[in-house]
Amino acid sequence: MRAYLPDYELKSPGSLAEALSLLSDEPGVWRPFAGGTDLMVLFEAGRLAHKKFINIWNLPELRGVEVTPEHVTLGALTTYTEVQASEVLRKEFPMLCRAASETGGLAIQNRGTLGGNIANASPAGDSPPALLVYDAELELVSTEGARWLPYEGFHTGYKQMLMRPDELIKSIRLPRPAGPWRHYYRKVGTRKAQAISKICFAGVAQLEGERIADVRIALGSVAPVVVRCARTEDVLKGREIDEETVGAARAELAREISPIDDIRSTANYRLQVALNVLEDFLTNAEYGLKAER
Amino acid sequence: MQLVGRPVPRKEGRDKVTGQARYVDDLHFPEMLYGATVRSPAARGRILKISFEGAHIPWDEFVVVTARDIPGENAVALILLDQPYLADQFVNHPEEPVLLLAHADKYLLEEARRNVRIEIEELPAVFTLEESLEKKEIIWGEDNTFKSYRVEKGDVDEVWKTAAHVVEGEYHTGAQEQLYIENNGIIAVAGPDDGVTVWGSMQCPYYVHKALLKLFNLPEDKVRVVQVETGGGFGGKEEYPSMIAGHAALLAWKAGRPVKIVYDRAEDMAATTKRHPSRTRHRTAVSADGQLLGMEIEFVVDGGAYATLSAVVLSRGTIHAAGPYFCPNVRIRAHAVATNAPPHGAFRGFGAPQSIFALERHFDKVAKTVGLSPEEFRRRNFIQEGQTTATNQVIREKVDLAGILDRAFELTDYHAKQKQFMESNKHSRRKKGIGFASFMHGAGFTGSGEKYLESVVGMEATAEGRVLVLAASTEIGQGTNTIFAQIAAEALGLDYDSIEVAKPDTGNVPNSGPTVASRTTMIVGKLVESAALGLKQTLTNSGLLSENYSAEDFRAACRSYIEQHGALKSFSKYTAPPGINWDDERYEGDAYGAYAWAVYVAEVTVDTVTYEARVDDFVAVQEVGRVIHPVMASGQIEGGVAQGIGYTLFENVVWRDGRMINNQMTNYIIPTAADIPPIRVFFEENPYAYGPGGAKGIGELPMDGPAPAILNAIEHATGISINHIPLMPEALMEVLGGERG
Amino acid sequence: MAEPTSKTEINCTVNGEAVRLNAHPMARLLDVLREELRLTGTKEGCGEGECGACSVLIDGVLVNSCLVPVLQAEGTEIKTIEGVASGEQLHAVQEAFIACGGAQCGICTPGMVIAAVNLLERTPEPTEADIRNGLAGNLCRCTGYMKIFEAVVRACQNQGNDNFKSEI
Repeated sequence: MRAYLPDYELKSPGSLAEALSLLSDEPGVWRPFAGGTDLMVLFEAGRLAHKKFINIWNLPELRGVEVTPEHVTLGALTTYTEVQASEVLRKEFPMLCRAASETGGLAIQNRGTLGGNIANASPAGDSPPALLVYDAELELVSTEGARWLPYEGFHTGYKQMLMRPDELIKSIRLPRPAGPWRHYYRKVGTRKAQAISKICFAGVAQLEGERIADVRIALGSVAPVVVRCARTEDVLKGREIDEETVGAARAELAREISPIDDIRSTANYRLQVALNVLEDFLTNAEYGLKAER
Repeated sequence: MQLVGRPVPRKEGRDKVTGQARYVDDLHFPEMLYGATVRSPAARGRILKISFEGAHIPWDEFVVVTARDIPGENAVALILLDQPYLADQFVNHPEEPVLLLAHADKYLLEEARRNVRIEIEELPAVFTLEESLEKKEIIWGEDNTFKSYRVEKGDVDEVWKTAAHVVEGEYHTGAQEQLYIENNGIIAVAGPDDGVTVWGSMQCPYYVHKALLKLFNLPEDKVRVVQVETGGGFGGKEEYPSMIAGHAALLAWKAGRPVKIVYDRAEDMAATTKRHPSRTRHRTAVSADGQLLGMEIEFVVDGGAYATLSAVVLSRGTIHAAGPYFCPNVRIRAHAVATNAPPHGAFRGFGAPQSIFALERHFDKVAKTVGLSPEEFRRRNFIQEGQTTATNQVIREKVDLAGILDRAFELTDYHAKQKQFMESNKHSRRKKGIGFASFMHGAGFTGSGEKYLESVVGMEATAEGRVLVLAASTEIGQGTNTIFAQIAAEALGLDYDSIEVAKPDTGNVPNSGPTVASRTTMIVGKLVESAALGLKQTLTNSGLLSENYSAEDFRAACRSYIEQHGALKSFSKYTAPPGINWDDERYEGDAYGAYAWAVYVAEVTVDTVTYEARVDDFVAVQEVGRVIHPVMASGQIEGGVAQGIGYTLFENVVWRDGRMINNQMTNYIIPTAADIPPIRVFFEENPYAYGPGGAKGIGELPMDGPAPAILNAIEHATGISINHIPLMPEALMEVLGGERG
Repeated sequence: MAEPTSKTEINCTVNGEAVRLNAHPMARLLDVLREELRLTGTKEGCGEGECGACSVLIDGVLVNSCLVPVLQAEGTEIKTIEGVASGEQLHAVQEAFIACGGAQCGICTPGMVIAAVNLLERTPEPTEADIRNGLAGNLCRCTGYMKIFEAVVRACQNQGNDNFKSEI
């Protein structure tokens, strides 16, 4: 344990309002602390530069799953375990459940939260690609009120996001799908559990006969932020899935992502596997778009 | 009553499942300080300056130890004396210990450690085995070579011209971290009056004892080493504890208070020993019908910056390099060379996993060249009773590798799967393959090593008839306590529960040798048996016990004897079985008292979308003399196979300038419960006369088979020959290239 | 270093007993259990939430105690390995670990037992996948996991699920 413990402060506000007041009174001085599965790792390694935290773990306003005809809204503190337990998510947003089940192991899933994952802003997050593809929106709150913004574009650069220091993520809202979607999620990690992804792919599509009527693709660990691959989506829209389409999509995706070498893997591996997974999404006879339903 | 062969409950099992077993970090001594090690930031160079920065740190509260504080000799006594406890003028590897700190506040201690700056004037460093062999930069001795061996059998130079086939190959293995789940730790109490006592996580108390004698220049009875419950070793706590014990003791000596040093994971991974990386080159001459005519092997291991145990790792790797086959002409040239990395050290298998990987990959290649199936080629060359190994050891037992192979193939449906996979691979993105490795592993110390060790085991009985086994062999999970109790109980005809195994404390137990080399059951267990028989003999000789006796009779006899003589003890010292002859000069003769023989089969899937290979099923068949404890024996094989799977497909040490940079569990990957295939273990028995109950050693055996079996299977799955491990998906991708389904 | 944070009082229940702790709010629950309460059964294996040797139950939920700041233990019920047995009577999981050889060096065992106990509480008849998944956050270096799986199956059977047939 390499942190100098007495330097760190963690306090429990009595309410969400009190937490927001603290954040706005001294912007940037306090940061929120949820389940701790990211922050404590940094802390123990002696690399948690920030020292003052507000414990938001017990704030009930940040929890819960709300279902309306148009949306499913998740509190920011929804844990990965809670995601997997939600029937509506399993039915309508299965990739979010897949992502949750492949994050860490059970002990991590019990404490890790969607809001924490988003605020950690790592390009290697397992849930963000699914959130991007499901067109998630975020509710940010502060003493000045609440605002909604699309999750797409929320991360502006490596570990950067469109959130002020006095704001908290309160909820994540998912528009419920209209028609029947096909979902394909693939995390490629270092092992089957307790693994950081080398690439992470989420894709949904709607087919009309043989043609791709609509498609959304997002990838993690291939750029400084999780990316929605709009140009590759455009190449695919309206086309039948044949060899030419696959080739064109692969070529476009290769231009759209920019993976790097790092301690876990290589740029070339990430690139090739991203392209292969894209192709698998399109053509796999069992669970790709070409599969029989 | 029969205890050997039965799955009696683990002696310390209840303590372990209730959390009552106490490991070193669970112990707390009054007035105790925490200790930390400040280490070299550079791979090689001269220490220019050490600065204590951080104005906020109360430096005068700290105990600080440097090389100047060493009372005896600044060298870790092992084989050579080249490794210092604390670097004085020069450093030779990243993470080399330079300075020690102690303080009562462990958080402040860590803050202080961060604020010691060591300035080094860097010297050119050598980071690979190849660079070391080139000798452009000499970093150790005269020529970077810790040790060399040469094995010569027959006349290998004569075979090349006339052989129908000559096959060459080169094979590489990487470093592997032992990753015991309990980090290294020691608590020391030390001072000029009472001497030094250390408690800690370790495999070999007497190694630590020997090292501390030299460090402090103390007589034998002034140093005491106590092994505490140890959370895994696998060789990683064979020699390394001498270093950390010395450090804790030096701090305690200076502080006049107990000092505890426990590493965190990042420090343990970066600074302590790992398995030696290796390179093996094979050249093999074969007749037209697949008979081995000659083998020429060059085996090189990277030992890191200091000699430590590299000579012995090299030895075992060399002796196993030609495998369980008969070949009339063999030359093996082997070298252990230096690089500027933290010294590599003991890890289960100890050179054999490296050389056996090369051999078993190579033999699949040879088979292919000759036009035989891999198994047919092996069958035609398996060693038989009466034939000689590469070191001219005559095999004096029935060896039935062909039978083991048959059984392994039957259990895995090998031939059917081979055909089935070749068919299904044609139209699948997931390529399946099946492969095997055949091998042996020698138990005990090489050659005259056991004679040199002169191991002793003691046994003591109390007036209540309870028996205490006195040995320095440590329980590190492999079952020492249980096996010794079983053996003693059976030899004495008593209940398992009436036998206790004493805690390995050098103040209390004789030196039964180190807990390494697959020797604990076979060699030391035999001494336990004879010590028990000696105890019985003492009682029968004094007329207090007749041939057939009950537990009550035994108790009464002990009580009487002790009343008369004060204590009832017996000791047994190792004597070599007859006919073991080893020539250290010519590196020839009976290398090991006994070999276990095995065939392992791996079934794999290679995913051509992600280039990941995974093992779907694993079967391990081995002849082990006699199974003393079926649950523990299969547990050893399962655990070793899991480590072997890690060695092959998951565990990649990422080096930068001699330092392991992926020194966290999140980036150094071992298999989880979700990753491990079913591992199915089968034993055959062929009692070894000199092992207790007929047992041979098996601790390291399972480490040898997985890597070549898996890579042979991957070649079957993909058609591509890969000759290095670990095999990561990134590397598999490079060779599979456009081979996607 | 700034002005040091003061320690704070945290009230919770550990293994059925109410405790009042006095610790820095960010102190790892793992350290507080081991050092303040001298409950050394819970172990540190990695300090990064990877190995599960530090597993405990907080309000019946499996967590890595090296990742929980003690402040967040306020008002909770914590169970450690020391609380698994009922006095001298071992839990079915503990007995099964002994019978099946699920523990070798024992350092991962407390965390593994906690995870297995929790698994069976949630899923009394786990499939092989449930068992592998349930224990995937607890690393073992000695056993290769086989006998741990067997122990979990045995514990299920001993808990009275006679019809429980495992795939393992």
